[in-house]
Amino acid sequence: MLSLQELLHFLSLSEPNIRYVVFGTVMVGIASAVIGNFTFLRKRALVGDAIAHAVLPGICLAFLLQGSRTLWVLLPGAFLSGWLALLSIDWINRNSRLKPDAAIGLVLSVFFGAGVLLLTYIQQTGDGSQSGLKHFLFGQAAAILPGDLWVFGITGLLLCGLVALFFKEFTLLSFDPDFAQAVGLPVKRLELLLSTLTVLAVVTGIQTVGVVLMAALLITPAAAARFWTDRIGAMVFLGAAFAAVASVLGSFVSYQQPNMPTGPWIIVVLSGFAFFSMVFAPGRGGLARLWDKARHAWKMQEENVLKAIYHSGESLGDFKAGMRAEAVQGQRAFRPFQLQLSLWTLQRRGLLERDPSGYRLSGEGLREGARLARIHRLWELYLTEYLRLAPDHVHDDAEAMEHLITPELEAQLEAALGYPKRDPHDRDIPR
Amino acid sequence: MNTATLDAFWIILTGALVAVSGGLLGCYLLLRRLSLIGDAISHAVLPGIAVAFLITGSLSSVPALLGAAVVGLLCTWAIETVQHRAGVQGDAAMGIVFTFLFAVGVILVSSLAGNADLDQECVLYGELAFVIFDQTVWGMPVSTAILLANLLLVIVVLGVGYRGFFLTTFDPAFARALGFSTAAWHYVLMSLVSLTTVVSFESVGAILVVAFLVAPAAIAHLLTDRLPIMLLLAALVGISASAGGYFLAAALNANIAGAMTVVLGVEFVAVMAVKKVGVRMRPRVPVASGT
Repeated sequence: MLSLQELLHFLSLSEPNIRYVVFGTVMVGIASAVIGNFTFLRKRALVGDAIAHAVLPGICLAFLLQGSRTLWVLLPGAFLSGWLALLSIDWINRNSRLKPDAAIGLVLSVFFGAGVLLLTYIQQTGDGSQSGLKHFLFGQAAAILPGDLWVFGITGLLLCGLVALFFKEFTLLSFDPDFAQAVGLPVKRLELLLSTLTVLAVVTGIQTVGVVLMAALLITPAAAARFWTDRIGAMVFLGAAFAAVASVLGSFVSYQQPNMPTGPWIIVVLSGFAFFSMVFAPGRGGLARLWDKARHAWKMQEENVLKAIYHSGESLGDFKAGMRAEAVQGQRAFRPFQLQLSLWTLQRRGLLERDPSGYRLSGEGLREGARLARIHRLWELYLTEYLRLAPDHVHDDAEAMEHLITPELEAQLEAALGYPKRDPHDRDIPR
Repeated sequence: MNTATLDAFWIILTGALVAVSGGLLGCYLLLRRLSLIGDAISHAVLPGIAVAFLITGSLSSVPALLGAAVVGLLCTWAIETVQHRAGVQGDAAMGIVFTFLFAVGVILVSSLAGNADLDQECVLYGELAFVIFDQTVWGMPVSTAILLANLLLVIVVLGVGYRGFFLTTFDPAFARALGFSTAAWHYVLMSLVSLTTVVSFESVGAILVVAFLVAPAAIAHLLTDRLPIMLLLAALVGISASAGGYFLAAALNANIAGAMTVVLGVEFVAVMAVKKVGVRMRPRVPVASGT
């Protein structure tokens, strides 16, 4: 079914039809992804969805008035009604008690309903040229014509050019609008420009993926890219790359299987990238975070074992005595398997030594155990001195903090407390 | 009654059943700020509906309906997972999940091409007028009967659970303290939304259901602060939109569900206008100055 040869033939773009579809969807995908980054960062993802639904009545009215379905005629209509929807949402938010989500849902469904009413009205008038209108509902990438490519190209260039020009301003607007206002940027006008560009992206994108899936072209690339980087520049490029690859693959699937729609396949591939990023991205992805969590839990486990042995040595006044696993167990209720494993790993790291009498701390292990006890006791002292907590209330907190405090913090604590010798429970604070 | 009047009656009744179920549930969605979850579910049930069609050949059987509704629940679960486990912000989580499910649904529907009962357009807006061509059961069209059963279910569940829904909606912390499980009530509500979306699918399509989940509740919310009155108003708004929409659609010879939505929009604008004018005309009550 899916052969490499066919993929290569497809990618060679030797058939003009393939060229139109691939260029068209890729241009639309990139433009939407670029502008979608800002929609995403401004947490207005679903406003894009509302705009996408809301362009339908504009398209139908433009057709009714002009009687033609070329993009040049329909786009202004779509643009106007998308715009009107955006203004309506803002107006409802400002003038009623309805919450933004209700305002978005209301505008989305009422505009779309009006569009359906007009569309069915047009259909029953039996005008032959209307048949293409419903392509806007689901998108019809296969029907992209060379003339449409010009429209996509020009709007795409316009969008990307304006974003490049105002990149710094848009970034500031997305992350800290108050600051943008304070440094004297024309926030209102910039917001207007950004919204207008969003409407423009939606209006051109609808042709390829349809009204419902347009939201995905805006949101999904940005959301996927966010998992890989903290830098907005990289995010824009990565999002655009995801969108471009998904567009090519989606077009390829529908080229292979002619009854398969292009738009939905683009979205499925794009969602696949997003789900993959959620799970596998280093740092932010689900697996990476699970791994971090497990590693941290293990570090705490090892430190607790080390501390238990240190405490026992401290109470005996002899750090050289061997200690059996059962005795460690007596200090603190460890799970037997985890205890055995951490004794083994601590030994391998050179923190513990083992002889027939049991485990004992190595030189380095002793230093590490003392460090843990020191942090624990410093923190207890800090809580009693600075927060005036009773000495019997501070142990649990210190139990957590001893795994977290860095050497720098430790130094600050010691300095703040005046290099103390005794903790609130009158134990030594080891040096 | 002659046939034309009778047909009109069935169509308006069917539309009203959708509108009232949606309106009642919509009140709770609106108050819980979940209006857009309704939107997401209504898109996301599409793959469920397509698979139900694929297996049973129609949506008029109980297992098919329930199966499709489960996908709606799955959607809310998926949104929460993406949001909380993967750490994607809420609006984007919703957008990613429902567009993905909808895309899968459209692909399934396309692969069913040739199946006369399910085409792409009916996904979007359904056709209420076809109700009258249904087989009849208990003297009414099958779709109408299913929607009636759904409405009864909605009313019974909302009625029996009134206290639970009320508390978990307005004061979740207090409700938890009293021992109500907010998650359980949330999922009961989502199940009803999901089921209502699925059963309304053939009459109004997957998208226009959103209008009935959001608009009546929004209009009612503008008019009152009291939940029982809000529920009643939402139902009345829905019924009037159904009747108004029928006549608008008949005049234009266009889609009835779309026309109902337009009527809802007009009602909303009218209420907003009256409120605005009312606010302006209300005599200013002098504020008692502090002593």
